[in-house]
Amino acid sequence: MTTTPTAQGRPGLDAPGAGKTVALFSTCANDVMFPQAPIAMTRLLERLGCRVVFPTKQTCCGQPLVNTGYFDQSVPIVRNFAKTFGGYDYVVAPSGSCVGAVRHQHQLLADHALDPGLRRDVDAVVAATFDISEFLIDVLGVTDVGAYFPHTVTYHPTCHSLRVAHVGDRPMRLLQAVRGITIRDLPDADRCCGFGGTFALKNADISVAMASDKARNVASTGAEYLVAGDNLCLLNISGVLNRQQSGIRPIHLVEVLAATEATS
Amino acid sequence: MNIPLSIAAVGRDTADSVRLTPAPPPGRLIDSPRFPVQARVELGNAVQRKNLHQAMTTIRAKRAVVTAELDNWEQLRLAGEAIKNRTLRHLDHYLVQLEESLTAAGTTVHWARDAEEANRIIVGLVEESLGERREVVKVKSMATQEIDMNEALEEAGIAAWETDLAELIVQLGHDRPSHILVPAIHRNRSEVREIFNEEMGRYGRPAPEGLDTEPANLAGAARLHLREKFLRAKVAISGANFAIAESGTLVVVESEGNGRMCLTLAETLISVVGIEKVIPTLEDLEVFLQLLPRSSTGERMNPYTSLWTGPSSGDGPTTTHVVLIDNGRTKVLADPVGRDALRCIRCSACINVCPVYEKVGGHAYGSVYPGPIGAVLTPMLRGVTSPVDASLPFASTLCGACFDVCPVRIPLPDLLVHMRHKVVEAKAEAASGGRGLLHPHLEPVLMRATGTMFARPSLWAAAVAGGTLGGRILKGHVAHFGPLPWPLASWTGARDVPIPPTESYRAWYARTHHEDGSLK
Repeated sequence: MTTTPTAQGRPGLDAPGAGKTVALFSTCANDVMFPQAPIAMTRLLERLGCRVVFPTKQTCCGQPLVNTGYFDQSVPIVRNFAKTFGGYDYVVAPSGSCVGAVRHQHQLLADHALDPGLRRDVDAVVAATFDISEFLIDVLGVTDVGAYFPHTVTYHPTCHSLRVAHVGDRPMRLLQAVRGITIRDLPDADRCCGFGGTFALKNADISVAMASDKARNVASTGAEYLVAGDNLCLLNISGVLNRQQSGIRPIHLVEVLAATEATS
Repeated sequence: MNIPLSIAAVGRDTADSVRLTPAPPPGRLIDSPRFPVQARVELGNAVQRKNLHQAMTTIRAKRAVVTAELDNWEQLRLAGEAIKNRTLRHLDHYLVQLEESLTAAGTTVHWARDAEEANRIIVGLVEESLGERREVVKVKSMATQEIDMNEALEEAGIAAWETDLAELIVQLGHDRPSHILVPAIHRNRSEVREIFNEEMGRYGRPAPEGLDTEPANLAGAARLHLREKFLRAKVAISGANFAIAESGTLVVVESEGNGRMCLTLAETLISVVGIEKVIPTLEDLEVFLQLLPRSSTGERMNPYTSLWTGPSSGDGPTTTHVVLIDNGRTKVLADPVGRDALRCIRCSACINVCPVYEKVGGHAYGSVYPGPIGAVLTPMLRGVTSPVDASLPFASTLCGACFDVCPVRIPLPDLLVHMRHKVVEAKAEAASGGRGLLHPHLEPVLMRATGTMFARPSLWAAAVAGGTLGGRILKGHVAHFGPLPWPLASWTGARDVPIPPTESYRAWYARTHHEDGSLK
């Protein structure tokens, strides 16, 4: 297999992603609310030599239903996910939370459905599913992705990236390799922002109190951008930052990594 | 900060003159409002929020230091999990062995199915053993809180005196505990002084004249107040952190030494122990005595650890009883997923790390067990039919910090989700049985519709197309939504929302790429 030829600046055969086809799992929220993240991920992966395909039958990982307790209603979603992404070597998403849900919940739901066939399909897909930070470092073996982002940022490691998907320090290593960037430490970085899916609606008062703490810590860094690997956590924190007219902008990790001299 | 005098007034207006001990707030915990309702009230208490933030930050930092310094901390957690799992798997065997060992050591064993039976047994045992005064002294114990034993004794005309400093503050304050380790954590020192000045004299030795808010002086006042109760006590009641099956030994782990006073000075000692507290051997204690203090108070070792094996002649109590209580535990054990919660050693690490608990404190949980462990264990023990119990599994963002610190590796986020499923099932069952719902029908309908949409790719694709339509209409008019009416008010009351994009990712991809991934 060869990489797509010709156009200027196109990666060659020695590019880290050459010969690799990635099935992009945009996640439902990014598809409809934050397309800039999967668009940036597409451009980044293509820059690194990957072929990026978008299986159009994809919907959601099912987490919103599972975490609200609706197990029976989640099983068909898991079935659709396994069917849509089955057979791909790499399923990659710009979300630690959705990847964490696939990794941690899909097998449980297959077992809940008492369906050994589904469990086998799920096992295969789970093993091929990666958060973008894992795919870049563990599969492509790159930490410096050639990004340029001449701004001051602070990074919020989202709870599910950290404690469910277990991406560890990969996002920070990727950020540290970005040229022109200044990274400020976020106080109490690993404390939850208060989003928690339906928690933000069922317990809105507590959610806002937690988001306000997070926003205060973000503002204390003096950063221009708040970076995270999950757009719904960013939506929550930036909702408060924006209401307070802080001027700090939310940005997904993969958008920073996709930025170059040409785009800045 | 100075607090108005009214703090101690709750519950004292009704016939308090005939009571022996300070009256707690009226009503049963199970009748508490739903978690979000009480949480809103608690959030408004700025003093409590400040106290909780300071205390929880400090205790978290201490725990982090003393767990990081052990190279084998993760192995200890795995060992703790394994010992508890093995014990729970063979609980029938170990409980019988415990009964035999306790009996052989001279302790009388009693079994209680539920709180009512436990309290009946305890009141009977106390009646047999009382001296001139109808009173008992208590070691801090969650089991006795769970069964509301103090009030059962009060109804029988027996005063139960809390001797743990924080439990004393709670009791004298006509209050309820808000934390399993530090039950008066919601009080600051000014409030404690007010409570001591106001209440100590009604129930024993008054607080010294001119008491200030220095912690050492407040502890000194409690020491003097409690000393006369220790010295005259004929009966003491304790819980137990561990019950060792092979030897019939009970273990109490504490910080203040008040427990040691109760355990050694009384003539009769009654220990109220949940059946999940059994561990097989003394050797197993080695693991838990490393896990518990480091997870709990953030200390390498707690100051006082008492072990006793029945009565000893000329040393300590001459009569020892153990009341083993079920009170819902066998029901939890019967749930193959939920039974992991029975590993809990009541250390409070999950509570101390929980960002939700830190905001609202323990009183929002309608249970003696707050925080993540309370949000799973309470509805497991009591069922999910009361409004507060049905709301507790949702009192978490599922951030996962609780599992990381749990010394016996209870998968608390998974158990929260498991209990949410139980709530959904119970609501569905109630609806199909025509018994009405705990909540309006909206959520199940929405969730079923969402499930259908995500299970059918064509429906979802249409929804995505519809979603960006709004963005195309609004483009150029606004960048963000500010406050919106119901049902969006709960999100937008304090958080802006960006307007939807004009093009979805899938539309962008279709415009720029062929199906095989090549660029158009």
